[in-house]
Amino acid sequence: MPGKVLVNTTINGEATDFRCEPRQSLLECLRDILQLTGTKEGCNDGNCGACTVLMDGRPLTACLVLGVEAEGRNITTIEGIARGSKLHPLQQAFLEEAALQCGICTPGFIVSAKALLDRDKNPSEADIRLWLANNLCRCTGYDKIVRAVQKAAAEMRA
Amino acid sequence: MSTPTYSVLGTRPIRHDGADKVTGRAIYGADVHLTGMLHGAVLRSPHAHARILRIDTVKAAALPGVKAVITAADFPQGPDRIVDLGEGDTPLSYIRGNVLAIGKVLYRGHAVAAVAATNAHIAEQAAGLIQVEYEVLPCVLTAPDAMREDAPILHEDLETTELGKKSGKVSNVAVHFRHVLGNSEEAFAQADVVVERTFDTATVHQGYIEPHNATALWNEDGRIHVWCSTQGSFVVRDVTACILDVPVQRVRVTPTEIGGGFGGKIPVYIEPVAAMLSKKTGRPVKVLMSRREVFEGTGPTPGSHMTVKMGVDKTGRMIAAQASLAYEAGAYPGAMVGPGGMCVFASYNIANVTIDGYDVVVNKPSTAAYRAPGATNAAFATETVVDEIAEKLGMDPMELRLMNAAKEGTRRADGPKYRRICCVEVIEAMKNHPHYSAPLEGPNRGRGVAVGFWFNAALPSSCTISVNADGSVNLVEGSTDIGGTRTSIAMQAAEVLGIAVERVNPTVVDTDSVGFTGVTGGSRTTFATGYAAYEAAQDVVRQMKERVAKIWEVEASAVNFEKGAFSAGEKSMTFAELSEKLGSTGGPVVGRGAVNPRSAGGSFSGAIADVEVDPETGRVSVLRFTSIQDAGKAIHPSYVEGQMQGGSAQGIGWALNEEYYMSPDGGMMNSSLLDYRMPTALDLPMIDTCIVEVANPNHPFGVRGVGEANIVPPPAALANAIYRAAGVRMNRLPMKPSAIMEAIWAKGN
Amino acid sequence: MKSFDYAAPRSLAEALRLLSFHPRARLLAGGTDILVQMRAGRIDTDFLLDTKGIPELNELKSADGLTIGAAVPCFRIHEDSRVRSKYPALSDVAGLIGGTQIQSRATFGGNVCNAAPSADATPILIAQGATCRIIGTGGQRTVPIELFCTAPGKNVLKQGEILISFHIPAKSKTTGAQYLRFIPRNEMDIAVVGAGVEVALENGVVQSARIALSAVAPVPLFVPAAGDSMVGKAPSAEVIAEAAAIARDAATPISDMRGTVEYRRHLCAVLTRRALEAAIVRAGGKN
Repeated sequence: MPGKVLVNTTINGEATDFRCEPRQSLLECLRDILQLTGTKEGCNDGNCGACTVLMDGRPLTACLVLGVEAEGRNITTIEGIARGSKLHPLQQAFLEEAALQCGICTPGFIVSAKALLDRDKNPSEADIRLWLANNLCRCTGYDKIVRAVQKAAAEMRA
Repeated sequence: MSTPTYSVLGTRPIRHDGADKVTGRAIYGADVHLTGMLHGAVLRSPHAHARILRIDTVKAAALPGVKAVITAADFPQGPDRIVDLGEGDTPLSYIRGNVLAIGKVLYRGHAVAAVAATNAHIAEQAAGLIQVEYEVLPCVLTAPDAMREDAPILHEDLETTELGKKSGKVSNVAVHFRHVLGNSEEAFAQADVVVERTFDTATVHQGYIEPHNATALWNEDGRIHVWCSTQGSFVVRDVTACILDVPVQRVRVTPTEIGGGFGGKIPVYIEPVAAMLSKKTGRPVKVLMSRREVFEGTGPTPGSHMTVKMGVDKTGRMIAAQASLAYEAGAYPGAMVGPGGMCVFASYNIANVTIDGYDVVVNKPSTAAYRAPGATNAAFATETVVDEIAEKLGMDPMELRLMNAAKEGTRRADGPKYRRICCVEVIEAMKNHPHYSAPLEGPNRGRGVAVGFWFNAALPSSCTISVNADGSVNLVEGSTDIGGTRTSIAMQAAEVLGIAVERVNPTVVDTDSVGFTGVTGGSRTTFATGYAAYEAAQDVVRQMKERVAKIWEVEASAVNFEKGAFSAGEKSMTFAELSEKLGSTGGPVVGRGAVNPRSAGGSFSGAIADVEVDPETGRVSVLRFTSIQDAGKAIHPSYVEGQMQGGSAQGIGWALNEEYYMSPDGGMMNSSLLDYRMPTALDLPMIDTCIVEVANPNHPFGVRGVGEANIVPPPAALANAIYRAAGVRMNRLPMKPSAIMEAIWAKGN
Repeated sequence: MKSFDYAAPRSLAEALRLLSFHPRARLLAGGTDILVQMRAGRIDTDFLLDTKGIPELNELKSADGLTIGAAVPCFRIHEDSRVRSKYPALSDVAGLIGGTQIQSRATFGGNVCNAAPSADATPILIAQGATCRIIGTGGQRTVPIELFCTAPGKNVLKQGEILISFHIPAKSKTTGAQYLRFIPRNEMDIAVVGAGVEVALENGVVQSARIALSAVAPVPLFVPAAGDSMVGKAPSAEVIAEAAAIARDAATPISDMRGTVEYRRHLCAVLTRRALEAAIVRAGGKN
């Protein structure tokens, strides 16, 4: 059986290394090895977006990335979104706009939306819906999520 | 009667668990990690219907890293009895048989055996090494097929209960019931317009984003601790105890945060399996379902085959109605046809009604509740027929509904007479909503409306409130919080105590730590657990009055409490000031509330939908959507809107694309979130909401549950909109593009 | 998922060497198909060779036409300003495979090699006349994209070979292309039918046209006769309808959960017509 591989990476700004089997997804490594359980599993095939993390600034579903592929990369998870002890404007807006009900999809949405706002300060409703189409929410009907992203964008522009 | 003014109710505070949920800190079931924990995997049937001849676990058990392999034979096989599954009674044998198959598998995905190993990959590999010899039997997948005389029989001992009596006849029909009011046959003869149509709806899943999970530790002292995402921790406790045949006292269930349920996380599936694997290994065991297991191994909501016939006189007065509803229960009896039969004509005042309901077993997963279970199917049929009648009469469809709307005193065919209800108010709000009169321009566009009803459940709830010296309170409750109910419950306590909601710390605790509390289901949590919190807060106020009376040396009855301040004559003291003095006046104050409301009072909902249909592809775009619902008192309006928007989105998905697409041999072909096609953000418009508030007499603040009724009207509203856009009446869900295209072809233009 | 070994070589030579040691190796690009298939047990391998570190497979270059490395993720193709201006149809397709997160990883190389009948990239690459550059221990070879897929899930790559890149020839200013697919949702879906077309005009007359379809045959289907029927004609509604009818008649779809034979054939004509209309507008022709 193939042995474990040492992976050197940066997670939420901190140099991190872990050992994993090649078959373990980045999602498994984050959750089971590094105990970063804020990244959620909903489908394990890239279709729900609950496990969205940023790799070198791009959002991707951690279930479709192998842990070994994180070598030398810069990973941001939901645990790394808040600014110190202050919530990120997206997190604050999700709370104020009641953009979560059960909350299981919320980490993925916030991470995806952060990637959007990092590149587009003033996205339209259509832009937001298109960008977030890889994140499923079953509770909200998306209405309040879209509004929260718009509100956070306005907050970040101010 | 003047409307009471509230200081907390009706505001929109940030939820107490909010920071944890936007930072990833909240612990959901899959996040539970215990020292020495093993990982479980479940082997599931590849056949829809087969006899299990032999299970060989030798190879699986021999794989390095495997610690235990179990089958149904490892569980106690005591006599059958009836257990309460949370929203109804079920024979234990059905639940037991569904947890791990006994003798036969009844659907593809039926659990057959389970493994515990040092990691999930090994467990999964080991499950694949279990060898099961099956005798494959013919399967039956729809209610009409299962009701045929020559249909394969799922349960050789299932005797049909025919109109309340055991018939002596074995069939796939578990129950046939009938509700009769007046004489519908005679009344139809008097009708000027009669419309009768037959409808079919596909099996659909609740589609919560978090798969089922359970972690269990069977301790050396015989105590069993289960951590899981569930809508009802006490249901898990009681059912797990039944299946393991241990006293309830030995099972403790800690409900973790839960990633959606919609009714689907009431049944117990893997909790007893994790517990048994833990018993065998002496270590904690975590079992997680894959998405495919969720689709194939947990309860979706029934597909249905329905005929609805309605008759009106020439003024539009509804004088007769008949419905025949056959719902697919899945592998074990218990299709939600009972509620379907109670809801099918619940929005209308009709004197002559006959309703027949059939609970039919088929070789698909055992069905579970899904947001107003049974009502959406029925409303799709009724509300489409009502629309067609309005068209034949040349009447505005809202006027027809308003003219016949149920009101206080209207008797439903299944017996009860309504108390104060808001059907009329909801329909009027729809009619007066700007959406209903807004111009809808452009070709291939249409607007449709529909209304719907759901009962809401009451059930018991418990709550305690302890007063802290700084004037804050700790609120302990047992209702899993799926959508902000910690806050909507805390708000009701805060209102009574006259303190800010931020001064209430609500906590959801395990089954050892709070009184019995029913499921988070039936739209009941803000209603019933909120009621318990109200009672607990009242108990706090009563005890605090005694304290202040002691300090002031007056009678407790002379103490007044208003807006957070105690007073008697000239003397006054705030809640916080008194809280500081509790230690010196007799010790802690703990208030308790335990309620078992007789009735929740149902909720009505309406939907207005604008669509555009591409006449060349049959594709439907939802352009605008408005949900209208009666909320009694909206405690936290954002969360009420959220329920309405979420229910609407699920209703739209159900209407347009979602279905269990089955192969002829009973395999679900689309058991992934790619192919099941729930709506994405790009598939929906903003969903407008209109909350109708008329106080519910069954609750001290007038609350009505709002979680469910909103899913009932959308499919019919969309069907009616599609008719106006494309000229085709759809009688089958989902109204997917190919189905609409085929209907357009069939119409011949 | 079964255990396997993993390597991420930094050069083609190293990759070829590794492949020669591992006869059951599979290539990894974005992973959005292969990891799902491995988890489902549909692909069995003991060695995964990650191609993303190989420079030639990461090239996105527009000189003398366009070169798209097989491991270039969709988002780079979608957002590249040169691709967007000169090959807007390719940019569009890169923006409709999966969703945002999938596009961070998924590649045209993976989409084509996966050889699904419903692939979105393949029809438009066929329409735009792409060729595939392949390397093996025996050297390099070039295969026209329309010959690359041989059966569902099968392609012309031999064990030990690597798809390096696609090359798309330079286009005249009066060439337009479009890919349209039909899906029930607006995103995150598999094509029920897709139609990729390219039309080159000269003085208002069709000089050449290429039409390819997805999800209506065992492999992405090139229908030369449909495009040829337009050559030498002004692109009138009748001419477009005729090409669309030829495309429809060439389709041999199956009935499955995504659509029936009849519905898919119907959609072939509708989508081909709509794609041609859009391509002609892009080519500067009136429509």
